[in-house]
Amino acid sequence: MAVITVLEAIREAMREEMRNDDRVFIMGEDIGVRGGVFLATEGFLSEFGEERVIDTPLAESSIAGIALGAAMSGLRPIAEIEFADFIWPTINQIVGEAAKVRYGTEGKLNAPLVLRAPQGGGVRGALYHSQSVEAIFAHTPGLKVVTPSTPYDAKGLLKSSIRDDDPVIFLEHKRTYRLVKGEVPDQEYTIPIGKADVKKPGEDISIITYGLMVHHCLEAAQIASSKNISVEVLDLRTVRPLDVESIINTVKKTGKTLIVYEDNQALGIGSEVSALISQHAFEYLDAPVIRLGGPEVPAMPFSPPLENMFMIDTEKISTAIKELAEY
Amino acid sequence: METNLKIKNDLLLQMYEEMVLCRTLDERIWMLNRQGKAAIMASSQGHEAGQIGSVAALRKGYDQCYIYYRDLAVLLTLGLTPAEIIKGFVAKKGEPLSGARQFPTHGAHPEYGVINLSNVIATHIPQAVGAALTAKMKKEDRVIMAYFGDGASSAGDCHEAMNFAAIHALPVIFFCENNGYAISVPLSKQMAVDNVAARAEGYGMPGIEIDGCDIVEVYETTVEAVARARTGLGPTLIEAKVERYLPHTSDDDDSIYRSSQEIEEAKKRDPLRLLREQLLEGKILDLKEDKYIRENAKETVNRATEEAEDAPYPETVDFFKHVYAE
Repeated sequence: MAVITVLEAIREAMREEMRNDDRVFIMGEDIGVRGGVFLATEGFLSEFGEERVIDTPLAESSIAGIALGAAMSGLRPIAEIEFADFIWPTINQIVGEAAKVRYGTEGKLNAPLVLRAPQGGGVRGALYHSQSVEAIFAHTPGLKVVTPSTPYDAKGLLKSSIRDDDPVIFLEHKRTYRLVKGEVPDQEYTIPIGKADVKKPGEDISIITYGLMVHHCLEAAQIASSKNISVEVLDLRTVRPLDVESIINTVKKTGKTLIVYEDNQALGIGSEVSALISQHAFEYLDAPVIRLGGPEVPAMPFSPPLENMFMIDTEKISTAIKELAEY
Repeated sequence: METNLKIKNDLLLQMYEEMVLCRTLDERIWMLNRQGKAAIMASSQGHEAGQIGSVAALRKGYDQCYIYYRDLAVLLTLGLTPAEIIKGFVAKKGEPLSGARQFPTHGAHPEYGVINLSNVIATHIPQAVGAALTAKMKKEDRVIMAYFGDGASSAGDCHEAMNFAAIHALPVIFFCENNGYAISVPLSKQMAVDNVAARAEGYGMPGIEIDGCDIVEVYETTVEAVARARTGLGPTLIEAKVERYLPHTSDDDDSIYRSSQEIEEAKKRDPLRLLREQLLEGKILDLKEDKYIRENAKETVNRATEEAEDAPYPETVDFFKHVYAE
């Protein structure tokens, strides 16, 4: 078992899949000679050549549209959007088109593409390098949306996403890239899309979360245990499809639920999770379901005190745990 | 010379038969709409020479066509039957492109290499370029046609797609059916230049403006562009100047924005009449044969209409199928 970063896990997943399957290729801005702005594709151009490592013009709609055409005609493109904040021009091609390929052709065509993008804040990225975009895509049947938190999950889920026969939006929290390290098996493995993972078992309170927030929640859970509050942390890993069974199981176990996510709280992933809990586990609840999500401003500001006000951190989570424990 | 001329005559005659059938079908569908049986129709009348002449230059079932909503003649000449097409318009079971989930003429028929995914203008142009990228990467000599109207030429996706295709010398032909109107907006409000084809120079590919009502010119231009694409020389932008003498769709009222004189002028370029006159003058067709062709088309469309109207609606049991791989 090697210890690697999330970024290395993503690089390994793509490299292995490109070696295994010559239908897989990557396209995006600065991914060739530059190796990607975060170096996710470092060394790919020399190993796989210009045909399979395509530096594109700065034109996101066509990155998605060309990837979609390639996917419908038999290839398996991985299209990189340099920052998730630049993903909005792809909505037409992804939400409008890719999601509907299978349904709109009665299954005659499919779109096995992966759209990768680094997202999330806490990196002094300001309004246009900090956004979280999962909820917009997760609203659409036909798409899958993956939001990994650890190197192990990132690698196994990205390999599954590349092999998946439907379009997958793969959102990597850029703060986890180098910050989060973890063990990854030396042998081949994949992780199924749509399965949540209990990152820490507990008895008193369930935290349901994903992405970078998993790590803040684990820290807060550690702090809580010193105050004799036992917290379970469920990492959704995939936000579409949601693992409803795992969500309900953890709620049944603890009766108190906190949902933590960095994206804007209102109408976000936590809103859906909360509704599922009311519907399927109402009689197990000992407290209202609490969401701790991004505030009602359109994006994350630049200056440190303003950025901190937007970001969810361990302290904010700890406060929410305390309040919920006392309910 | 004699042999070449004969082949050309056969082809012309075949294209004429296809055009007669398409026009007959088109008129019938318009009538079905007026009878309240077909929800919506975007007529191909006036565009047929552009569509039939270009498809004739392709290797059918091997080359791929990314089409838009006005490409009835492309669908028909690629192999869809009139009954299958009418089933789309009356939303019946057995419609082969989308199982009547989509608007008529939308969906895909991989066997014929035809894709019409969406109603959103120009989204299919980068997708066609993606298919051309696949052909190049797989080292297949497949050619991809991207059909679109002058309206779509204004969209950002059209620009992005052409730019990328030219950079990578991809085997794609951008076939613009310019009928002078984006629904109600005339060309003068769509672009400050006279021709869509002029933009090709800015991308580094040939741009050719042709009379889209002259089927021979369409055919010959497309043959050349196909040869370029197939041999790795890259994309071509063909702008076929066509006419639209019906409203944008059956739901549109063009009397608000077009004069009847203008429409009468446009009808003088009716590609069906032009081809018919050409064939009669060249003694490739006589009046008796013409009558037979027309009656035959009418008969075919009558049978197709009956078959489509008699077909059941799709079953709702399949409503949730094909959202994801099963």
